[in-house]
Amino acid sequence: MVDITVRVNGATHAGSVEPRMTLSDFLRDDLDLTGTHVGCEHGACGACTVIVDGRAVRSCLMLAVQAAGSEVTTIEGLAPEGTLGPLQQAMRDSHSFQCGFCTPGFVMQASAFLSAHPDAGEQEIREALSGNICRCTGYQSIIDGVLLAARRGREA
Amino acid sequence: MKLPQVEYEAPTTVAEAVDLLAEHQDEASVLAGGQSLIPLLALRLARPAVLIDINGLGELSGISVTDGLVTIGAMTREYAAEESRTVADTVPLLAAALPLIGHEAIRSRGTIGGSLAHADPAAELPAVALALDAEFVVRSQSGDRVIPAKEWFEGYLTTLRRPDEILVEVRFPTAGPVTGAAFQEVARRHGDFAIVGLAVSLALTDGVISDARLAFSGIADVPVRAADAEDLLVGERPSPELFEEAARRATAGIDPPADLHGSSEYRKKVAATLVRRGLQAAADNAHERE
Repeated sequence: MVDITVRVNGATHAGSVEPRMTLSDFLRDDLDLTGTHVGCEHGACGACTVIVDGRAVRSCLMLAVQAAGSEVTTIEGLAPEGTLGPLQQAMRDSHSFQCGFCTPGFVMQASAFLSAHPDAGEQEIREALSGNICRCTGYQSIIDGVLLAARRGREA
Repeated sequence: MKLPQVEYEAPTTVAEAVDLLAEHQDEASVLAGGQSLIPLLALRLARPAVLIDINGLGELSGISVTDGLVTIGAMTREYAAEESRTVADTVPLLAAALPLIGHEAIRSRGTIGGSLAHADPAAELPAVALALDAEFVVRSQSGDRVIPAKEWFEGYLTTLRRPDEILVEVRFPTAGPVTGAAFQEVARRHGDFAIVGLAVSLALTDGVISDARLAFSGIADVPVRAADAEDLLVGERPSPELFEEAARRATAGIDPPADLHGSSEYRKKVAATLVRRGLQAAADNAHERE
């Protein structure tokens, strides 16, 4: 076991983990942050996307020990007081959901992307979210939600 | 699936990593960005006894230019190379290929050295390295070796790196002033592994092609240069007829594998189309730099 300290959603967490434990399992099983969803467990589906030190990463492709000393943001961190963040609100307003399993990954990827590219247009957003496309249809409303968030961000 | 049990080492210097590799030899896997190795572990396609995590080796990250060579440290993240002005200015083919690797979240962690050491023949960077005659620097307890790209890729997911060696850096020649580049690929979904990919670099001197480089991904167990097409192109002026003939020559001798994404014939047809498109895109890109 390896002792680690990680900042998650602004709070410091200490833990003791097996080296083989992924960041996604650490977040869900040890920290009880079950908003991060685990789909394929080999980096293909994007459902487990979180933000580590400002960049979107697949939390199933990163070991928990590798997150030691890092700043991690999960879906829970976007609504710290139980109030939806602006991206979440825009996606809710656009009904950017199907079954919802892939949603946390989409939201985290879109959040990281919009932070870096606030002026992004539809095509760029489609490409940025292409790694989260799962298996249902209905992506149009997700794109609409992210575009709405981008527009509100620019108007704010 | 969950990862199998594995010992874990996190050296803080390259020398320490080299000692660990000498000790564990082929029982060890080097963990860089983990974007290929972690899935291999999860799927039980790799079962190393020890992971040697080199993410703490800061000395392996960075991009520098000296004497016509751009040296990229093996642990340099793909996103960092993608955002690098130096790479955009000096290795335009690499700059063209980087945004096509996986998805944004993959490039956040994935490394230049990791992709090239993993040597997936369908990936972008192996084709780029082969096209540009990049050099690979590996280190062991007995010192450094420099391996040219045409020898580096030995077979499917196999390189000339010995188990006791670590890839420390990759050197790319800097492009001349009027060099155009393009990376073309056909994939079912943006960011997925391409059915066929093609790296193209064209240098023009007074409107005449003075250097041509083409390498395919996804058509064999290693990336493949199109030498016959390159020979045809040098000394000629860019034209659709020339590119058509280059596409014929580039694909005459290839025998791509068939799988559920495409038959061998389909891949061959896609390859020819990519040669025509890629040459035109590279020529247009070169004209922009004239």
